[in-house]
Amino acid sequence: MKSVSRDLLTRTLRSPDAVARFSMGEWDILVRQARRAGLLARLRHLLAQHNLIEAIPAEARWHFDAAATLAAKQQLAVRWEVEKIRDALKGLAIPVILLKGGAYVMADLSAATGRLFNDIDILVPREQLGPVEAALMLAGWHPTLLSVYDQRYYRRWMHEIPPLQHVMRATVIDVHHAILPDTARYHPDSAKLRSRVVAVAGMPGVHVLAAEDRILHSATHLFHDGELPHGLRDLTDLDLLLREAAVDPDFWLRLTARADELQLSRSLFYALRYLRHFLGTPVPDSAWAALDAAAPNRVTLALMDRIFTRVLAPDHASCADAFTPLARLAAFVRAHWLRMPAHLLIPHLIHKAFISPYQRSPKPA
Amino acid sequence: MKLLQLSPADLRHQLAGTGVWLRTGPFSLRVRSRIPHVAEGLADLYGQFEVRNSRQAFADFHVELNPPPLRRWFRPQVNFSFDGTLPFKPLPLDQAYPMLEWGLNWCVSMHAHHYLVIHAAVVEKNGLAAILPAPPGSGKSTLTAGLVLSGWRLLSDELTLIDRKTGLLHALPRPVSLKNQSIDVIRQFSPEAFINRVSHDTAKGSVAHMRPPRDSVLRQHEPARPGWVIFPKWEAGADTMLTPRSKAQTFMFLAQNAFNYSHLGADGFRVGAALIDQTHCYDFRYSELNEAVAAFDRLAEHRIS
Repeated sequence: MKSVSRDLLTRTLRSPDAVARFSMGEWDILVRQARRAGLLARLRHLLAQHNLIEAIPAEARWHFDAAATLAAKQQLAVRWEVEKIRDALKGLAIPVILLKGGAYVMADLSAATGRLFNDIDILVPREQLGPVEAALMLAGWHPTLLSVYDQRYYRRWMHEIPPLQHVMRATVIDVHHAILPDTARYHPDSAKLRSRVVAVAGMPGVHVLAAEDRILHSATHLFHDGELPHGLRDLTDLDLLLREAAVDPDFWLRLTARADELQLSRSLFYALRYLRHFLGTPVPDSAWAALDAAAPNRVTLALMDRIFTRVLAPDHASCADAFTPLARLAAFVRAHWLRMPAHLLIPHLIHKAFISPYQRSPKPA
Repeated sequence: MKLLQLSPADLRHQLAGTGVWLRTGPFSLRVRSRIPHVAEGLADLYGQFEVRNSRQAFADFHVELNPPPLRRWFRPQVNFSFDGTLPFKPLPLDQAYPMLEWGLNWCVSMHAHHYLVIHAAVVEKNGLAAILPAPPGSGKSTLTAGLVLSGWRLLSDELTLIDRKTGLLHALPRPVSLKNQSIDVIRQFSPEAFINRVSHDTAKGSVAHMRPPRDSVLRQHEPARPGWVIFPKWEAGADTMLTPRSKAQTFMFLAQNAFNYSHLGADGFRVGAALIDQTHCYDFRYSELNEAVAAFDRLAEHRIS
């Protein structure tokens, strides 16, 4: 039974109609995989779109409803927080650019449906980081308690400052100045991203990245982040973003051209490959042809497939096989390898493995 | 089938293997553990609850209590796992049973957003329920135990589940948690009370659990109408006294002590306000448990007539 249900959630996302024939044992596994992937509310939305809410057995129904309640409340909270962030940064006269989930909500994209949030990500010019942090602190967002090592690591090497948490509402903001660390192999130019931002209707001063850029950012994030607790959720974000944007006939051409311009073709190639694997996202042949030069060699690709078909699945026991822990470790090392050169990476991993676990500093939020 | 129909050996075997499927109020659990105190605690306290074959059934919460890999022998510890995630730091192995109870409270309060979930005890008599919210140390659990040993029905000693559609209170009559002196107070109050083994030196002091009355478990699917919100306070030497209390203040307190009030948005306000509208709100001071129970009984008589 275990092997049959390994891909139950992704099979259900691809063909929701199958739920009409699910046994209670299958519903049990489906709810657990979806909860772990952070996809319960999104799955409920999908089932509702297919008129399948009645197919959910009474025992399982509340899990979906409760998740939808939480997702609805979070969307309301995101809108509120974005307004507060804008107010806090008003005096600086810089555009506030929302990334990821916050952007999907504010731009009313289908990728906002049923999405759960951990934090709000914003992008600001690097030279404004100091004033931005000071303004946010005045408005109540303070750095979370990190160890001295982590603080220094963020500020010196990362593309973001340590997360800021609001003292009253406990909401967390990640302030970025780029979408990849300075030390990474690839350096998409943040100025290029900023030059094409789109204003959010009804909220002057707040912007989101252009359609191609937000897809490329989300794809890059997936293949440069060491830990992927929400890998599948991020893939479903991408799936929704792509399907929505592809209504425009020129979209795929623009996407692949932009990926090339920003040095992100390899990340886009991987994202599309695993989108096809997990979710059956339609990708035209012309896009594959355009990305052909960015594809890795066959040996690398075979290795990447073995890693990412495991790592991007929900982090749940029913989805794992004997190689899953090794695949997660490999993805972690690979992400760090891409983010930092060896002379920085090796001391960092040693610190994380042998020193951080024994320090009594609170974990980052 | 009831849990008491499983032999101790079967129970231990199932817990260590695929797990025991158990129904508590509106929630089903699958519990796994190799720890003898967990099997013993379940056998002592959950005898009247329904069990099923865990292989085929759907379960709301999959929980596991087992030692972390390297801490089975050296200062042994226990982890509470919620379907593979660890929401808490490990505790000393001796606290495995109370950790199960705390973990189950966490499961409900973090997920059951189809209810407005308030941190309060609920007991019922003659069809009307009394909600007892109170900060720790106010004698809420002692009073709850005293009442349910005196003919009141236990709905819960920790979690008030308010149905968002009907406004009715749903029962989750799991064991009543007793701390420190309350353990002896309840032993003296009623020789019929069954209290399981005490775990010492927990974050809350010494902790034990009282078996829920059989009748409360048999009626666990019967919701109750809210009648009162009563804030109990135990004070040495105090006279038993019930004084009316502002509804607005009571509402604010309930909202602050709800686990998910803010998650429900406007609906949280609507459900909370509807509850306050149909209840009488009181402060209640007592020192003698017998007198306290008598005062509650008078309240219940009065409301029917």
